[in-house]
Amino acid sequence: MAFTDAQLERYSRHILLSEVGVKGQKKLQSAKVLIIGAGGLGAPAALYLAAAGVGTIGIADADAVDLSNLQRQVIHATPDVGKAKVISAKETMEAINPDVTVNACRMFVNAGNVMDLISGYDFIIDGTDNFPAKFLINDACVLGKKPFSHAGIIRFKGQLTTYVPGQGPCYRCVFKQPPPPDAVPTCRQAGVIGAVGGVIGSLQAMEAVKYILSKGDLLTGFLLTYDALKMDFRKIKLPLDKSCAVCGEHPAILAPFDYEQAVCDLNGH
Amino acid sequence: MKITLAGEKKEYEEGLTVAGLIALQQVETPEYVTVSVNDKFIQGGTFAETVLEDGDVVEFLYFMGGGR
Repeated sequence: MAFTDAQLERYSRHILLSEVGVKGQKKLQSAKVLIIGAGGLGAPAALYLAAAGVGTIGIADADAVDLSNLQRQVIHATPDVGKAKVISAKETMEAINPDVTVNACRMFVNAGNVMDLISGYDFIIDGTDNFPAKFLINDACVLGKKPFSHAGIIRFKGQLTTYVPGQGPCYRCVFKQPPPPDAVPTCRQAGVIGAVGGVIGSLQAMEAVKYILSKGDLLTGFLLTYDALKMDFRKIKLPLDKSCAVCGEHPAILAPFDYEQAVCDLNGH
Repeated sequence: MKITLAGEKKEYEEGLTVAGLIALQQVETPEYVTVSVNDKFIQGGTFAETVLEDGDVVEFLYFMGGGR
């Protein structure tokens, strides 16, 4: 289907780019991206992907908007406090760009539903805030052969990597298993500057866009780390672990499973 | 001997192990850091016996669990 005049105008800054053009914009329109977690990382990622005209965006989160979220979760506004995050996010995305179909999935993602959830999407963005969820998404994406962007943020720091099936290491190659609950501080305990989520979540959106367009180099095989206080970005090479329990030569993990969640994470924000 | 840690080349005592370097750097959660030397992961549990050599390129990779 041809773009309308309004769409050509809306996406004109994309279409001007030789790497995008009308053809690339069509790819974005046909693409389906799933964002797990409508928070500090998911909010900026969702805003940019919706504005970019990604045709179908899934957003999964079980929580309601809390006043303490608004310092960084820029897709939600003050009148949204108390509303389901996925509904608030859907309303904002649809207001920015009515071309986008948003699938709001109010759910805790777990081993029982994750394969179904990711199956209809081309690219997954991990915007979760706890290690059990990050390992679950990694395992599901490796097993389901789905490319995804992993990221984490805390205090003034953030980091991300991109997994593409068969092309490089997964999250579990680097970190074998989650640390015990409370062994490593979370944002709730340690704090985070909102703009760190903006930087890293926007980079996750950028990785999704490049993957959809098949342009440029992804962060496959690299961890990009960001230290806001030192104003330092570093791209660290990640070795492939042939003995990785999920993507290695003799995987022990053949189906997604849940790690026990820390009690404080179940009250989640 | 010179070792490049996190992109910065510095002088260290001969015989320094990965565990020794972690201690010197006062890493916040030393038991949960992933270490690569010359683009190879060092197995957890072998940090104390892994001796670094002149010219080694070391990276510390940290858990970062936040996001929402």
